[in-house]
Amino acid sequence: MSAREEVLQRIRAALGQPGTGTTAAGRVGTAPAAVEVPREYRTAGDDAPGSEAVVEQLVDRLEDYMAHVRQVSPDELPAAIAALVAELPGAETDRSAPTALVAPSGLEAGWLAALTDDVVVHRDTPEAPLTAGDLDALDAVVTAARVACSETGTIVLDGEPDQGRRAVSLVPDVHLCVVRTDQVVQTVPEMVRRLSAHPERPQTWISGPSATSDIELDRVEGVHGPRTLHVLLVSPR
Amino acid sequence: MSTFLGIPGIRRRSDGATGGDAPDEPFGPVPHPDEPLRWGDAFPAAAKQTLRDDQLRANLGHATRTIRGKRAAVVGEVPDWEALRDAGSAVKEQVMADLPDLLARLEENVTARGGVVHWARDAAEANRIVTEIARAKQADEVVKVKSMATQEIGLNEHLADEGIAAIETDLAELIVQLADDMPSHILVPAIHRNRSEIRDIFRRRMGDAPEDLSDVPRELAMAARAHLRRKFLSAKVAVSGANFGVADTGTLAVVESEGNGRMCLTMPETLVTVMGIEKLVPTYDDLEVFLQLLPRSSTGERMNPYTSLWTGVTPGDGPQEFHLVLLDNGRTDVLADEVGRSALHCIRCSACLNVCPVYERVGGHAYGSVYPGPIGAILTPQLTASSGGLSGSDDVNSSLPYASTLCGACYDVCPVKIDIPSILVDLRAREVDADRSRSAVDPWRAAMKAASWVMSDGGRFGVAGRAATLGHALGGSDGVVSHAPPPASAWTRSRDLPAPPKQTFRQWMAEHEKDGGER
Repeated sequence: MSAREEVLQRIRAALGQPGTGTTAAGRVGTAPAAVEVPREYRTAGDDAPGSEAVVEQLVDRLEDYMAHVRQVSPDELPAAIAALVAELPGAETDRSAPTALVAPSGLEAGWLAALTDDVVVHRDTPEAPLTAGDLDALDAVVTAARVACSETGTIVLDGEPDQGRRAVSLVPDVHLCVVRTDQVVQTVPEMVRRLSAHPERPQTWISGPSATSDIELDRVEGVHGPRTLHVLLVSPR
Repeated sequence: MSTFLGIPGIRRRSDGATGGDAPDEPFGPVPHPDEPLRWGDAFPAAAKQTLRDDQLRANLGHATRTIRGKRAAVVGEVPDWEALRDAGSAVKEQVMADLPDLLARLEENVTARGGVVHWARDAAEANRIVTEIARAKQADEVVKVKSMATQEIGLNEHLADEGIAAIETDLAELIVQLADDMPSHILVPAIHRNRSEIRDIFRRRMGDAPEDLSDVPRELAMAARAHLRRKFLSAKVAVSGANFGVADTGTLAVVESEGNGRMCLTMPETLVTVMGIEKLVPTYDDLEVFLQLLPRSSTGERMNPYTSLWTGVTPGDGPQEFHLVLLDNGRTDVLADEVGRSALHCIRCSACLNVCPVYERVGGHAYGSVYPGPIGAILTPQLTASSGGLSGSDDVNSSLPYASTLCGACYDVCPVKIDIPSILVDLRAREVDADRSRSAVDPWRAAMKAASWVMSDGGRFGVAGRAATLGHALGGSDGVVSHAPPPASAWTRSRDLPAPPKQTFRQWMAEHEKDGGER
C-alpha cells in the first residue's frame, strides 16, 4: 500500500468508517457528529471602507507598530516619496554612491517623477528580474498595495505588477508602501473577502516592520525583513 | 568541542538519557534525544530536577507574565472574541470529520498549481522524503523556518546524519540550535534563556558575532540578522512548516514576525513544506477566523508582522519547485480517540503554556517532548500511542496527563476551545486502566474495592465511620496527621491529612435527637 493510501485508510478507520482496518496503534474510532459552523462574528466593521474613522484607526495601529505614516493627496505623493528617499540612511551615510531604488514594473511612473536626478531607479520586470545580490545592494523599494485592515494595522501585497514579486519588497532595507484610502477596510473578514477573489496570488501581509519578541518577549523592531516601513496614505480628495 | 564556526554542525545524539553535563556542553544539561516526543525522565522526576533551577524559574516567570498581559490586552479589545472561538472550534471539528475529502482536495489543488504532494506515515518517512529532495538539488545546507512538525520528526538531526546542515533562521530557534539545546516552548523555544545567556551563546557559538556584543535585545537581533543574511540570499533549498493549508484553493500560510519566514519562502529555488494532516481549513475565507485568533493568542499582537500565503508555484515569483509533505506520525491515532481527538484542533499558539501554573514553574524541558505545557500533556501521549505512550507506568509519556492542577486556565484561553482539562482526566483514567490490566496485585484497586463494599451498605458504613474516629488520636494539636501508619503513609508522605473527628456525623445526630434537638 502506498503511504497516501495507508494514511487515508488510517484516517477512515479513525473516523469509524466501516471496513477500513485500524490506525497504527490498532484503533478504530467512532464517527464524529455532523457540525454546523456558527458564524456570529463580525464580517464587517461599523465604519465604511475608506471612511475617515478607518483611516484614522489604520494610522494609529501602524504607528503603534513603529511604521512611519504620511497622509497625502495624489498631487503631493511624488514630492512626499522624493522627500523620504532624500532622507534614506544610505543617502546620508555614503554620499559618494547614488541612492538606488527598485520599483516593480507596473508602478505608476508619476509617483517617482519628483525624485532628484542623482537617484537611480531600477525597474524589476519579469523579463529582466534583479538578482538577490542586486536587490541587497539597493537602498529602498517603492510599491503599491492591494488592501489594508485598520483594526490590525495590516497591509497586503498580492504580487500584481504595481507591487512586484515578493523578493522585491523583502530584500531592500526600507519599504515605501503607497496605500489608497479606498483600499482601507476595518476588519479582517472584509480584508480576506477582498483577497479571496484571487487566492492563488502570492500574498504578503505586513503589519509594521519586521520584529522579534524572542528575547525575554521584549519586542524589537527590525530583523530580516525591511527594518523601516514608510506608509504613504493617499486620499483621493 | 572544536572551534565553532557558526555553521550548525552535527548534533550529537545521546542515548536518550538526561544528565550529560559534559565539559563540552556549557549551555545546558539537555542533550539531543532520538525521540523528540519522548526524552528524559518521567515528568515527576524531570520536574523535580528543573524546579531546582532558580534562574530558569526567574526567566520563565518574567516572560510568561509579560506575554499574559499582552494577550489579555489585545483579546480584550475584540468585541466578538467568543464568537470567533466558537467558529474556530467548529471549523476544526468539521475539518476532522471531513479529513479524507479535504486532504484529497488540497492535494489536487496544490498539484494543479505545479506543486508536488508527498505523504508520510511517520517521522522516518517524512525525513527520508525531505532528504531525497535536498539531495536531488545537491544542497549540503538548507535554511529553515521555525516549524513544530519538523521538530517533532527530528528533521535537523536526520539531515545532519545525512551530511546536510539544517540552519534554523528564527531567532529563538537559532539560539536553541547554537546552544545545542532543546526547545522549551512552542512559540518562543528559547524562553528559558535570558538576554545575558543569549549573548554568551552568540559570542561563543556564532562565529561572526561582534567581539563587543552586549546583551541589549536589539543588538542581539542585529547580530542574528548579519549572521543569516548571506545564507538567505544564497540558499538553494528551504524547509518550512505550515500554519494553515486551504483545501479549496491549495493555499498554504506561514505566520511569523522576523521576516526569516519570508526569506525562506521566497528566495531559494526549492521549497519543502512539512505539514501535519490536521492543519487544514476548508475554505480560503476560513482564514478570516484563524488569522484573528492566532496572532492575538500567541504573541499578543493584533497581527503578527508578516504572514505569507502561496499556492503551488507562481512563475517568476519565489521558489519554482514546491513540495508539500503531508505527515501522519501518530495523528490518526489521536483522531481515533473520541475524547482526545480535539487535541488535533490545536493551532500551536502556546497561550495554554503561558497561563499554566505548572508550566510556569517547571519549564518546557520537564515534559520531555517538543510539545510541552498543557497541550503537550494531552498531545504527546496520544501521538506516541502506537509506541506505548498511553500504556501506563511502562512509558514515561503516560505520566504527562498528571502534569496539571486541572485549574482550567488553559481551556479559558484556548482560541479553538480545546477542553484540555477534560482530556487530561480522560487520559489519567486510561493510564490507571492500563496499569490495572497488567498487575496481578494492585493495592489501590483492592482498597477501592473494599471501599465500594463498605459504602454500598448503611450498616457497614456506620461501623467503618466509628472505626475511623479511632484515628483522631493520630492528629497533632493542629488537628492534622503528618505521619500516618501504612498504608495511609503513602498519602502523608507528600501531604497532610486532616485528623478524623472525635465522633461521626451519625453519632452527633443521634445525640442531638436524644437531647430533644428536633427542629
